[in-house]
Amino acid sequence: MQTYTDILIIGAGVVGCALARELSLRCAADVLVAERACDVAEGASKANSGIVHAGFDAKPGTEKARLNVMGARMYPAVCAELGVPYKQIGALVVAFDEADRSTIEKLLEQGEANGVPGLRIVEHDELMKMEPNLNPAAVCALEAPTSGIVSPYELVYALADHAALNGAEFLFDTEVQGLIPTAEGWRAVTADGDILCRCVVNCAGIGSAVLHNQVSDRKVELVARRGQYDVLDHPEQPPFTRTMFQCPTKMGKGVLVSPTVHGNVLLGPTAEDIPDGRDVSTTAEGLANVAEKVKLTWPGMSLRTAVTNFSGIRAHEVNGDFIVGKAAPHCWEAVGFESPGLTSSPALAAEMAQEIIASEGFGPKEKIVPPQPKGKPFNEMTPEEQAEAVARDPMNGQLICRCEVVTEAEIRAAIRRPVGARTVDGVKRRCRAGMGRCQGGFCAPRVVEILAEELGLPMTAITKGGGESRMLVGEI
Amino acid sequence: MNTIRKELVIIGGGPAGLAAGIAAREAGVEDLVILEREHEAGGILRQCIHNGFGLHRYGEELTGPEYAARDIAKAEELGLDIRCDTTVLSVDGDRRVTCVSRTDGLQIYEAGAIILAMGCRERPRGALGTPGTRCAGVYTAGAAQKFVNLEGLMPGKRVVILGSGDIGLIMARRMTLQGAKVLACVELMPYSSGLNRNIVQCLQDYDIPLYLSHTVTDIRGRERLEAVTVMEVDAKRRPIPGTEQVFECDTLLLSVGLIPENELSQRAGVELSPLTSGAVVDDTLQTSVPGVFACGNVLHVHDLVDFVSDESFRAGRAAADYLKGQAPKGGTLAVRDGEGVRGVVPQKLHPDQDVTLMFRPAGVYKNASVVVEADGKEMARKRAMIFTPGEMVALPLKAEKLAGVTGDITVRMEVR
Repeated sequence: MQTYTDILIIGAGVVGCALARELSLRCAADVLVAERACDVAEGASKANSGIVHAGFDAKPGTEKARLNVMGARMYPAVCAELGVPYKQIGALVVAFDEADRSTIEKLLEQGEANGVPGLRIVEHDELMKMEPNLNPAAVCALEAPTSGIVSPYELVYALADHAALNGAEFLFDTEVQGLIPTAEGWRAVTADGDILCRCVVNCAGIGSAVLHNQVSDRKVELVARRGQYDVLDHPEQPPFTRTMFQCPTKMGKGVLVSPTVHGNVLLGPTAEDIPDGRDVSTTAEGLANVAEKVKLTWPGMSLRTAVTNFSGIRAHEVNGDFIVGKAAPHCWEAVGFESPGLTSSPALAAEMAQEIIASEGFGPKEKIVPPQPKGKPFNEMTPEEQAEAVARDPMNGQLICRCEVVTEAEIRAAIRRPVGARTVDGVKRRCRAGMGRCQGGFCAPRVVEILAEELGLPMTAITKGGGESRMLVGEI
Repeated sequence: MNTIRKELVIIGGGPAGLAAGIAAREAGVEDLVILEREHEAGGILRQCIHNGFGLHRYGEELTGPEYAARDIAKAEELGLDIRCDTTVLSVDGDRRVTCVSRTDGLQIYEAGAIILAMGCRERPRGALGTPGTRCAGVYTAGAAQKFVNLEGLMPGKRVVILGSGDIGLIMARRMTLQGAKVLACVELMPYSSGLNRNIVQCLQDYDIPLYLSHTVTDIRGRERLEAVTVMEVDAKRRPIPGTEQVFECDTLLLSVGLIPENELSQRAGVELSPLTSGAVVDDTLQTSVPGVFACGNVLHVHDLVDFVSDESFRAGRAAADYLKGQAPKGGTLAVRDGEGVRGVVPQKLHPDQDVTLMFRPAGVYKNASVVVEADGKEMARKRAMIFTPGEMVALPLKAEKLAGVTGDITVRMEVR
């Protein structure tokens, strides 16, 4: 099989989907996104801290600093337009001794040089009033009021949906194994045949270095740096109202405690360099490490209400900065897009789309389709809104996930979106069914049934997360 | 949005809610409704197709659906209003129950009294913090039971069971009978938390090894489960290095404890016990919120449904008394857990009423007695060859024994 497209984007993470959206809105070219997994946001984009960083971490003058600050500024508008949960809750980087104080003073300086607004150092007494559950051993903290939280995978789903509404196509279970230059552009080799394109963008996450090194003489090296997390159930009162960082280390931003946009509490991550970039397992040592480090910030932490743990892989380039831009003729890339990659992605996508269009001479788009946000979740509606929702669609009166209060209408809508859910995990991340304290114990059988109905498949064909991850092995 | 006044609203149409409804109607409550989120009443019994239910209540062995059918038939005979496919979204301290269904939309019941009968849920993998990958093939035993018994679908073929709770034991047998190979049942504690009869009938009869003082320490498999690592644990439940055994399997079933489903109760302001994870109640099963009662597994996790029904009949009658203004008056005495005893229910009692104290032993005690004491005096004693956490202890206490008691009542285990 041979496919042709104007623009081939490799990787359907936050970068690939943001770029697909920008290109599909701005130019008339055909956009095809090839993704090795079964869904968008299956790599680092679904497994990270979900923080929109203010921009004080990166060294001034780096791509990380530039794109972070620019991206953070774009977030409120992008999320509002797409209907993605985002909250600017602010962050504190806490110093626990005088050595830490000099670190945060340096961060303040760096942040100001990067153009981050509103930074200041808060001393102990005020700090404890701001966050009473903080370890009283805290000396002071750097406050970054523009730091925010976002649901990272919901952002990617919304970006992908909007791109698809504007004509972008997605090819899943398709791994690009090689890039070969042709007279007209590039030939991307996959197990199911070649994809011919005029230009290509490599945003393949942890897989991006291999492709980069095929097309460029300036070799790069990516290290898979794993981060493990624990997630706690949503408490009545969140322990902290802001994202609480410890001082960064040479391996990363350190361990955080943060509320999530859905009211859970996120703890982590670790930072371990591992040989296998696909190994997203958690380990006893890693989780013990998270628990121990979190207790420095939050001595009262208990894992009694833990709902799950997970890990994600940072694609860390050994020289420490993003590698973005043109890698070869008609070939662009975003390599080493680790933190603050999520924050930087809207800025990178806007900038790169403009470059690609100018360089390739693609014509403007004639008709733009506006996004179709999924709307307010049933769980967050007022009783009046809930009554109205059921009157509008009786399927809203059928609760499927009791822990997160998700209705049958919402599950079906998640499957019917432009880039809809095809797996149990895809449903879970799109509408939160199975995300709660029982972890799908009650609703998973029903979700499998609804997926089978909507996709026209037998229940035994439904997978948890694609590939061979079948939920059931057969009939009785 | 509809607001409806009701004398009594019962949340949950499983064995607890049904029994509470039957008893309340028989005690004269005409205006009551049972709200059930599933498509049919009967609760978890619907998927428990094995027998062993009803030995105490009926003196015969029924399957789960048969046991439920008797209560449903009785409820129908009494004309009880059971609303299925109806999920309660919230309960507040003023006894307003908001619920939703496809057919009736959003409704608010203003109730004279409420009986909480929501049952319990299983502890999932996340609550254990077991590391490894997040592959397919890891299920709670109850979810697997639903797939097999209600959907006719097999979740896997080579199975390891973590935890020896009753549902896990039942599923060991069920999966075996359906042609799966159950390799092991792994229990963290040095004893099983399930009923002894289930150990015999579900594991031993099928030569399924039970590994006590062992746990699963790693879960492997990129897409579907491929293997689990099992390790022995020391007295402090820490894995002992060097004891690793790898079981190649495609399914891990978890039967590692049940948790009363009290999210609604909590939001209604009901005080919960950290020991039972259920409401703190008095001898009438009334919670800290006046007019709100709790019974069955939402109050504390029972071992047998017969006791759930018994408790729920009492809750139904107590709610009826409350509505008639006949609830017991006067102060209450506190009931405390002594050594070897965990989560006595009720936690408070009126000294002029007969009561049954129920709890689970904190460990295995051989040749022991349960002793009830107050003001330095022994009030009741129950001897047994063995007490285990898997089997509940019920201890009736007559009001005359309580006459004149002023201090706390303590229930403790005494080993001879």
